[in-house]
Amino acid sequence: MYSEKVMDHFQNPRNVGEIEDASGVGTVGNAKCGDIMRIYLDIDENQVIHDCKFKTFGCGAAVATSSMATELVKGKTIQEAMEVTNQAVMDALDGLPPVKVHCSLLAEEAIHAALWDYAEKNHIEIEGLEKPKTDIHEGEEEQEEEY
Amino acid sequence: MNKIIYLDNAATTRVAPEVVEAMVPYFSENYGNPSSIYELAGASKEAVSRSRETIAGILGAEAKEIYFTGCGTEADNWAIVGAFEAYKDKGNHIITTKIEHHAVLNTCEYLEKMRKANVTYLDVDENGLVRPEELEKAITPKTILISVMYANNEIGTIQPIKEIGQIARKHGILFHTDAVQAFGQLPIQVDDDYIDMLSSSAHKINGPKGMGFLYIRKGVKIRSFIHGGAQERKRRAGTENVPGIVGYACAAKRAVDSMEERTKRERNLRNHLINRIMKEIPYVRLNGDPEKRLPNNVNVSLQFIEGESLLIMLDMEGICVSSGSACTSGSLDPSHVLLAIGLPHEIAHGSLRMTLGEDTTKEELDYVVEKLKGIVEHLRAMSPLYEDFVKNRKK
Repeated sequence: MYSEKVMDHFQNPRNVGEIEDASGVGTVGNAKCGDIMRIYLDIDENQVIHDCKFKTFGCGAAVATSSMATELVKGKTIQEAMEVTNQAVMDALDGLPPVKVHCSLLAEEAIHAALWDYAEKNHIEIEGLEKPKTDIHEGEEEQEEEY
Repeated sequence: MNKIIYLDNAATTRVAPEVVEAMVPYFSENYGNPSSIYELAGASKEAVSRSRETIAGILGAEAKEIYFTGCGTEADNWAIVGAFEAYKDKGNHIITTKIEHHAVLNTCEYLEKMRKANVTYLDVDENGLVRPEELEKAITPKTILISVMYANNEIGTIQPIKEIGQIARKHGILFHTDAVQAFGQLPIQVDDDYIDMLSSSAHKINGPKGMGFLYIRKGVKIRSFIHGGAQERKRRAGTENVPGIVGYACAAKRAVDSMEERTKRERNLRNHLINRIMKEIPYVRLNGDPEKRLPNNVNVSLQFIEGESLLIMLDMEGICVSSGSACTSGSLDPSHVLLAIGLPHEIAHGSLRMTLGEDTTKEELDYVVEKLKGIVEHLRAMSPLYEDFVKNRKK
């Protein structure tokens, strides 16, 4: 069901852990739907993401998308990190099963939440960054049942 | 991956070699249609009637009270819809529970939406037990059917079926039980338990997939569900799955003959597995009743961990298990059974079901515990919920 890359990032997740006194921390998702993702960013004075770590409670895809997202933003400026979309994360993982697309959205939201935290702490505005939703499933419609 | 350790026998089982052997002639030599009159068909007809008698005998029923179906789900659907339609002049109220299999729950929901049924879904206690006094209180003059599963497929809890049957009989209400997990595992006598209808499935007891039956007590009215020919006493149309029926009877006889010894062995192994997990892994909860429990069922919640991750990692070690997490159900909600016994969502997501089979060994279970310990540690180290828990504990 998962691509080789997803399995690789699930089995050997990159950048698992915490950063003490991180520049920005973002936690998204909720236990109700079974995915919680937390991203820590260490951002230097040139607004370059020096280090990035994650912790995730969730399925194989949730772990793999968090791992890939941290890889993609590491070493980038915060503006470049804004371009790491859920599509970019999915592409880098050679795709996700349709039911797992929400995991990649969660990864994008987690990065944004950590950047938002950084921006708030430093009283700056990041172009294109909106206050992240805490629950990524907000507004999703339930599938219609057929009889 | 070398050897497979199969601990998902509540999902399905391996067909026993002697069951396959019993079935084969009814594919190749005795392929006649039981409804035909020439001699070739005679063997098929006889095999079906012999199989029906075997199964009836196990339940203390009459052969003509056993109706073969295409699966356990069909038997559940038929029992509920068929009885509802036959008794709708008397009332439209059905009583069932929140922990039934979807074959029952979704059928009840269908009747609510499409046929104006009124359904009470009873709560269960923290071990998954129905409270008979609550069930009795839910009865109204319009109640026509009570449907309570014999034993739960996820947490293994065995219901007080006899007590429930007595209540149903006292009030003159039909009593149906989904015994898909219980038939062949527990000694069931339909008269002792006041059961009017009972559903079962062959592939849970080392029989073939695609076979079920519905026991319908003599005198119970039920509308047909599959319309067509005159098979199954004109109640369930469709050419009989002769090899499947033969395999079913063979598997049922086999399960009953070995029941005492096999379930004793499985119960010991089950307790060994539960004890080791509870002792050696911290923050674990046993789901389901510790005593009133299927001999082969272990269901635990491993806090701070999500089930699908756990399943994939165990699969990589060659261990087949299942989980009540949302990710394994195709929806965002975890198991309705685990929510019904009062588990918070995040704990329900971290559930693990291991169901033993006749081939399971102690060595296999010890191997599983060792692997599980490492995987749990690995996933907790990655879990923000565990991080928060540790930080809060320090405070």
